[in-house]
Amino acid sequence: MRFLRACALAAFLPACSYAIDGRYNFQTPQTLIAHDINELHAWIMAVIAVIFVAVFGVMFYSIFKHRKSSGHKARHFHENTTVEVLWTLIPALILVVMAWPAAKVVLAQKNTGDAELTIKATGYQWFWGYDYLDHGFGFKSKLATPREQIDNYKSDGQAKSEHYLLEVTEPMIVPVGTKVRILTTANDVIHSWGVPAFGVKQDAIPGFIRDTWFKADRIGTFRGQCVELCGRDHGFMPIVVSVVSKDDFKAWVDKKQKEAKAAADDPNKVWTRDELIARGKTVYDANCAACHKADGAGGGPFPALTGSKITTGPVAAHIGIVLNGKGAMPAWQGLSDTEIAAVVTYERNALGNKVGDFVQPKDVKAARK
Amino acid sequence: MTAATDTLDLAKHGEAGHHGHDDHGHHALTGWRRWVYATNHKDIGTLYLWFSFAMFITGGVMALGIRAELFTPGMQFWQPEFFNQLTTLHGIIMVFGAIMPAFTGLANWMLPLMLGAPDMAFARMNNWSFWLLPPAALLLIISLFVPGGAAAGGWTLYPPLSLQFGMGMDLAIFSVHLLGISSIMGSINIITTILNMRAPGMTLMKMPMFAWTALITNYLLVAVAPVLAGAVTMLLTDRHFGTHFFKAVGGGDPVLFQHIFWFFGHPEVYIMALPAFGVVSQIIPTFSRKPLFGYHSMVYATASIAILSFMVWAHHMFSVGMPATAQLFFMFMTMLIAVPTGVKVFNWIATMWQGAMSFETPMLFAVGFICLFTVGGFSGLVLSIAPVDTQMHDTYYVVAHFHYVLVAGALFSLFGAVYYWLPKWTGYMYDEKMGKLHFWWSMIWFNVTFFPMHFLGLAGMPRRIPDYPLQFTDFNAMASVGAFCFGIGQLLFLYNVIKTIRGGVGPAPANPWEAHTLEWEVPSPAPHHTWESPPDERLVKKGLVAQSLE
Repeated sequence: MRFLRACALAAFLPACSYAIDGRYNFQTPQTLIAHDINELHAWIMAVIAVIFVAVFGVMFYSIFKHRKSSGHKARHFHENTTVEVLWTLIPALILVVMAWPAAKVVLAQKNTGDAELTIKATGYQWFWGYDYLDHGFGFKSKLATPREQIDNYKSDGQAKSEHYLLEVTEPMIVPVGTKVRILTTANDVIHSWGVPAFGVKQDAIPGFIRDTWFKADRIGTFRGQCVELCGRDHGFMPIVVSVVSKDDFKAWVDKKQKEAKAAADDPNKVWTRDELIARGKTVYDANCAACHKADGAGGGPFPALTGSKITTGPVAAHIGIVLNGKGAMPAWQGLSDTEIAAVVTYERNALGNKVGDFVQPKDVKAARK
Repeated sequence: MTAATDTLDLAKHGEAGHHGHDDHGHHALTGWRRWVYATNHKDIGTLYLWFSFAMFITGGVMALGIRAELFTPGMQFWQPEFFNQLTTLHGIIMVFGAIMPAFTGLANWMLPLMLGAPDMAFARMNNWSFWLLPPAALLLIISLFVPGGAAAGGWTLYPPLSLQFGMGMDLAIFSVHLLGISSIMGSINIITTILNMRAPGMTLMKMPMFAWTALITNYLLVAVAPVLAGAVTMLLTDRHFGTHFFKAVGGGDPVLFQHIFWFFGHPEVYIMALPAFGVVSQIIPTFSRKPLFGYHSMVYATASIAILSFMVWAHHMFSVGMPATAQLFFMFMTMLIAVPTGVKVFNWIATMWQGAMSFETPMLFAVGFICLFTVGGFSGLVLSIAPVDTQMHDTYYVVAHFHYVLVAGALFSLFGAVYYWLPKWTGYMYDEKMGKLHFWWSMIWFNVTFFPMHFLGLAGMPRRIPDYPLQFTDFNAMASVGAFCFGIGQLLFLYNVIKTIRGGVGPAPANPWEAHTLEWEVPSPAPHHTWESPPDERLVKKGLVAQSLE
């Protein structure tokens, strides 16, 4: 059944047009660098095609003409200095004509200066965080494809959406025709940020800042995925970049800045337990449920939270493990003090636990030091 | 042919005094003792080859697990964490369990025979180096069943990810240690045998190409196996003893691991490819009925590849963010490897040119090797261009590239070697029809499996993902069908080998292919002890003249 479905998909797909249109070649380049890379690749493929025809032509001519079964007698030559020198020098020269244009592109790729907009992309297990450093706001960008579409364990699952695994809760938005510098870093393990249509790919390394740049030629939505194995959900952290007009970008930035101001938690606010539990549920569902399950039952290497030593034991240890991680659990230092206070309170008073105590943001702030 | 009668006379002369060898010295062991206490290079070679075949099947079944999951979008069989364990173990097992021991096994079996030596230099250590392998393999298999499962960070085990796993990772580290110790001991043995135990008259520049590639390969191994051991030991101390080599929080550098790993890892690629070059350089001249073209440039090319392999490691890391100058240096060096590799391919084709070729199974695999290895070389050239590599890095293009080099390169040459020397090992001829079927079946399905991966990579499908966006569906389905067919076809090989051991299609003559290296001068099957006294210089010289080395 699955086989038939895959065959049907295989027959049907070429007729579809997706945002990612590469099929036998790179996706359509949207930046100068991607365009250059495309040209380089085409040039190398042309060189290779010529060598391929020449070398395989000689070999197959020999295979067909110099067979013992067709009565060909072997001739016993076994060296010829002239040809050996020639077929060392000629490939070396070919390499020079390949290396020259490639070197120019390397230098252009590495020139991240004069950027008009700088965005920090942080890799988390397993989603991306984008901080608009020039504008003072940021957000998390997570996989938007529902689990019901992904899980086929018991049946064929839900029908998959058009941008299956390539859709996010909130895309990165950049203005068209603007040199954007992307700073990459990571919270836990190495991730890699890349958008094929832009010709960029840069590892995001914990403890280090690396950079890359792109300047999108046209308006549209472009998609990529994390390309460095980063653990369980490596296949489920897409990168979506929406390129919009400069005016639209400005309007969007204004809106985000206002939202950020409104949504910012006052770190000194004193919360009630019920407020914390309510807030904690959203934090838990967004960050913890993927591994520990929505009901706290756990699964695989991830322990159950219901009745566990951590969630019912001393609160300091509980905060510590959320902040610093342990084993396969990443450190959650990227969450705000309020969010951590809320989620810890939620885990201690919901999911079947009834410890009764609760944590204020200032406790988390103290624990961070 | 007059040469043939010469062979027989000289062979008798060379073997004089060998008859009844079992009567003097020591008693041959029988039963399990023969294998557990084995010090005979042929027995150890056999052990190595069977071990590597068992690992090939194990790693292959894991690959099929991967391809089953990837047949269609969505998660159907495995949880993502188990999928990652499969890809990791598949890689480690194929590299360290299947390909490397297979070449060590071949070297064990064939080097003393080809060089005219009675055995390997350190026979007892040889036993030890083999018997480290099964426990190492066991550790890897056991790691699947410990809490948290096996290591799931890819065969490269990059930290900080590899610092997150449970004890499966520790088992993998110990396993890599054992495998490394085994490889180093095997290498020392092979190097010493080649340098010290050649027959009189066989200078280094006159020994068979296979011996040359074995010599250079094992030098590489001695140089880099300790580097890998160092890297995984640092992982171990980071995991358990509070060091911060690779932890940024303590001032360490996660990228440092990648530099150390690939300083090992890139030569490792050639450790798996160079002996394959050696095997092909034995097979092509035999079935072309011509001496190897450009023996000297072959030796120089092999040595150049080995030296260059130490200067290109960072081309695996073009996306970690290096300065432009480093990017350019590693790009130029990497491109340079195409020159000696090209020389080798041209030499093989010149060896075939104007020959009198016949296409028995070993030759088919050797020609198949040249065709597919060249394709892998071309995609390697594409990847060497740093900006293009930025697009391809960690996509299926890379998966396609290294499978063209390692499956079609190392594995096909190993199949060729087995068919080529099987008559010598067993004393019987294998079933030629079945051998040819095995070749064509493998050739077709190999391409169905791995060629579409080039397109997947170009279109941007990341490697090591358990589920993928819809536009990658058809090529993945194709690759999965290909993989299952390719896998099943390998049972043909197993059947043919077992059938040959049990008598095949009849007894094999001493020199079924009319080849000219020394192993064909001893009877088939090769007696338990050979060359107890060195081969006669005239015999050595006759072979060298036929190979145009004198």
